[in-house]
Amino acid sequence: MIEINPLVIFFASIFTNNMILSNFLGMCSFIAVSNEIKTSLSLGQAVTFVLACTTVLNYFIYHYILVPWGYEYLRFIVFIIVIAAFVQLVEMIIERYFETLYFSLGIFLPLITVNCAILGVSLFMTIRDYNLFQSFAFGIGSGLGWTLAIVAMAGIRKKIRNAKLPKGLEGPGITLIITGIMALAFLGFSGIVQIQ
Amino acid sequence: MNELKRVFKEGIIKDNPVFRQILGICSSLAVTNLLLNSLVMGIGLMFVTGFSSFTVSLIRNQTPKHIRMMVQTLIISAYVIILDIFLKAYWPTMSKALGPYVGLIITNCIIMGRCEAFAQKNKPLISFFDGLTMGLGYTIVLLFIAFFRELLGFGSLFGIQVLGEGWVNWTLMIMPPGAFFMLGIVIWITRNVFPNNDEKGGAQA
Repeated sequence: MIEINPLVIFFASIFTNNMILSNFLGMCSFIAVSNEIKTSLSLGQAVTFVLACTTVLNYFIYHYILVPWGYEYLRFIVFIIVIAAFVQLVEMIIERYFETLYFSLGIFLPLITVNCAILGVSLFMTIRDYNLFQSFAFGIGSGLGWTLAIVAMAGIRKKIRNAKLPKGLEGPGITLIITGIMALAFLGFSGIVQIQ
Repeated sequence: MNELKRVFKEGIIKDNPVFRQILGICSSLAVTNLLLNSLVMGIGLMFVTGFSSFTVSLIRNQTPKHIRMMVQTLIISAYVIILDIFLKAYWPTMSKALGPYVGLIITNCIIMGRCEAFAQKNKPLISFFDGLTMGLGYTIVLLFIAFFRELLGFGSLFGIQVLGEGWVNWTLMIMPPGAFFMLGIVIWITRNVFPNNDEKGGAQA
């Protein structure tokens, strides 16, 4: 495999390979939480932080424990446990030491465990054979890309809140269609950088 | 028998996981560019939901309440691993095509949701059936979306060319935006066809 510059992966995972808009990951919370710009920004920060840490953590566990012992097939279970444990740990730490941060991020942390983007990034990392720096760049980039998409969506939804929509299209329906238009716009970036 | 019928109807229409509860749409969008992929994904999901509901229900009286989430996750992961190994062994090309989305069945909220909402309180066999119909409801939506995406995007169904030479492929349909538009429209149509009086708000991660 050709070595891709981590910086390229970083930008690609924000723009061209955006987690939501091209890989459909993290849709559940994307649709549920994208009502307020402020809350979606907090959630985005939490996701980015957890993504960057768990991707690196999973990288070490996968390459230094699972592969040498031939337990690659256990990676689903191991990754999900690592993510759940990490989120729990972070929650305890910030509750103890950073109280203000806890009030802005706290309630979102448990939500993150079931965010498919987190598990998805770890799985993509193993499938695409990234090295340490590439994984780190991929983790942070994906988190930022996810934040970008959810904050943009919250902004748009705020504008259309009072608009009169056709029956049945309110809520998830219109959100998905707007996401489609956003994905269309992001396709315009696809010439800049490309991974896979 | 009546019980079975009720569960069946709820799984397919009333509580359909995708368009009613907006659950598990990550994977429903990613694999729907080809009918075959969606079918395999749907069957895989039926297998996992059915058996994990069954297992959760089987040990529901022995599981301590406060760690039940973890137990459920582990049960689901175990079945997903079985599915993944099975696909890798007997259908490597399909396993490659679905990529990480097989593993992502674990975080598919449908399964967890059913374990929590139904299997936790009901007998094993009926839970198994409930899981199966939920999976079936999901598969139907997947196939419906995939039908249009493949037909318009490639001019084919299950890989067989049906629209003839003159058809110009709508490349957009097989790219991500096509999936979002299709699902949005499907939700729109179904909400009008099967109106729901008790609006629940749905969308929880």
